[in-house]
Order: sequence, then structure tokens, then C-alpha cells
Amino acid sequence: MGRFLTSGGAGILAAVVALALLLFGISRGETAVVLAKATRVCMECIGIG
Amino acid sequence: MRHGVQALWAVLTNSAFAGFVTGRIYTGKLKTICVPGLNCYSCPGARGACPIGSLQAVIGSRQFSFSYYVVGFLFLIGALLGRFVCGWLCPFGLIQELLHKIPFPKKIGTFRGDRLLRKLKYAVLIVLVILLPLFLTDILGQGAPWFCKVLCPAGTLEGGLPLVLLDRSLRGIVGWLYAWKVAVLIVTLLASVVICRPFCKYLCPLGALYSVFNPISVFRCRVDRETCVGCGACAKVCPMQVDPVRTPNAPECIRCGRCRRVCPTDAISFRFLAEQKMRKPGAETVQMEGVDPADE
Ligand code: SF4
Ligand code: SF4
Repeated sequence: MGRFLTSGGAGILAAVVALALLLFGISRGETAVVLAKATRVCMECIGIG
Repeated sequence: MRHGVQALWAVLTNSAFAGFVTGRIYTGKLKTICVPGLNCYSCPGARGACPIGSLQAVIGSRQFSFSYYVVGFLFLIGALLGRFVCGWLCPFGLIQELLHKIPFPKKIGTFRGDRLLRKLKYAVLIVLVILLPLFLTDILGQGAPWFCKVLCPAGTLEGGLPLVLLDRSLRGIVGWLYAWKVAVLIVTLLASVVICRPFCKYLCPLGALYSVFNPISVFRCRVDRETCVGCGACAKVCPMQVDPVRTPNAPECIRCGRCRRVCPTDAISFRFLAEQKMRKPGAETVQMEGVDPADE
């Protein structure tokens, strides 16, 4: 088990947790906020806002 | 080959070419999806969303104070690839690397305070990307994307310059903040000629986040300590000043593969789920001098 974790296995476990977080975020509608922000010119990004 | 992949990815993810003529950004559904590298969503060609911009947008929104979606995305990419993204899939990393190819009498590798300065990117992540958008809110309860607003040179280069050039109405309202951001961009670009990837090393919050995953990521560096002759060639060519033999999956490694290419015994490899091979007791090492940093 220790060998598995130190050779990238910990990354697999972290990826599974990350995927669960990502799906939960999608399920509660966060992507709508991302889309709304990304499809309007972001005044802060371009140095005006 | 790596620069080819970097360029191809930059073109693919910024392929709404009409925007570069009309000065309008792409507004399709693809922008729901984050790209792995630092790529401004206000770039006229951008097809996806910048993960750092998106994180601040959700944290600073009225509805949410944490983004499971963006954090999950970043953790997923980090856990699978670590900073491979920096070396292969980030347009702003490519720009800095290309600038570093411009000849300059004295290129700087490391200097006094370099190690300490590299910690700055973690402060940028915590303060500008998380804390300020979360707590410094207006009367509507909305926080600004402070990293984008006061620092991000990728936003200025990819969004600010083309949009202001192409849109007359925007040109009329630029002020001191725009001047500041252009100054940050100019300093970053000039510094890139002298130092390899200064923004990545010292300021990038995305690089900071992925760096945390480098030691555990599934795609990883493996050094065969039985084959390694200890010549030091790998450490000498590393643009991030990593010694892959001592720390094969150091937080600063961007998986660019230069070390692998110069290794005279092919002791270094990059693969998924790789276990380190330890040296047999009593094995000898030799020291090799005068290896030039290989240019790609
Ligand atoms: S450190 Fe940031 S800017 Fe540099 S390559 Fe990585 S994500 Fe891109
Ligand atoms: S040269 Fe090797 S150790 Fe250095 S950043 Fe590239 S892959 Fe990592």
C-alpha cells in the first residue's frame, strides 16, 4: 500500500476526491456563474474595472 | 516537439479567430469548461474559461462562497498531471519561454533570495485569488477578482491589449489601472528575456496550486538510481533549478523533459504511476563538467 501511494497512487485517490468535488459543484449550479463571467468582457481582466 | 504541443494547444483553445477582427469575445457554451492553463477568458479567441478567473468569479459571487466545481477541476488536473500543465499546456508559459530564447549577455538562473521569492506565488493564491474576493465585498455582497484586477499579465496581454485596440469605446475609459497592468506586463515580458519563466516561478497562483500536487501526481518523474552516474547534467539544464536526482517530483518541476534529454544514461523517465528505483549500496558516481543548457 505504501509503495502504491508513493508511486502515484496517492494521486489517483486525490483525483477521485477531486472528481467528486467537481461533480458536486456542477450539481449545485456553479457552472452558470462561470459561464456568465466568461462570456462577458471581464473589465478587471483587461485592466478597466 | 514540446513547443509544438504548447503552440497547438494555445491555438486550439483560442480558436475563435473572428474575435481578433471584430473585438468581440466568444460567448458559446464551451466557456462553461475551464482550460488547465492560465488563459484569459476575455481573450477574443478564447473558447474556454480561465480556472483562476473562474475560481474568483464563483467565490466572489452572491450565491456561493466556495467553488467545488473549479477547485475539483484544479485538484483533478493537479492530481493527474501536476505541473505538466505548466510545461506543456499553458500559453503564458510558452510566451515566457519564447522570450527567454532572445539572446542576452547575462541570463540569470538563480540568485540570492530566489528560493524565498518562489514562495510569493502561494501568497498570491491565498490573498488575491481566495481571501480578497471572498471578504472584500461590495454592498451587493460581490467580491472582485483581485488577481485579475491588479496583477494578471496574461489578462492584459490576451484580453486587455487586443480588446482596447479593437474597441474604440473601451479606449475612451482606460485609466491608471490599465496603465499599471500594462506596466506589470512589460516588466514580466522583459524579465522573461533574462530569467526563464519569472511569472511562473514567483507569481502564478495556478502554478502554485499545481506545484502542491507534483509530489503525488499520477504522471511523474522517475530516476533510475542504478543507471544514474551522478554527473549532474540534468540539474544543470533545468530551467526551474530543480535537481531531479535529489527531488524527482519537486514542486517546481514543470515536467518539461529537458533533464531526460540530456541524461547520458537514460536514467530519467516520465510516466504514469512510476516507482523510484533506488541505487544499489556501494555504486559509484562520476562528476561531469561543462554541459550546456540544451535549447529546444
Ligand atoms: S506557472 Fe502559471 S503561467 Fe506559468 S505555466 Fe504554470 S499556469 Fe502557466
Ligand atoms: S528539466 Fe527536468 S527537473 Fe527541470 S523542470 Fe524540466 S522536467 Fe523538471
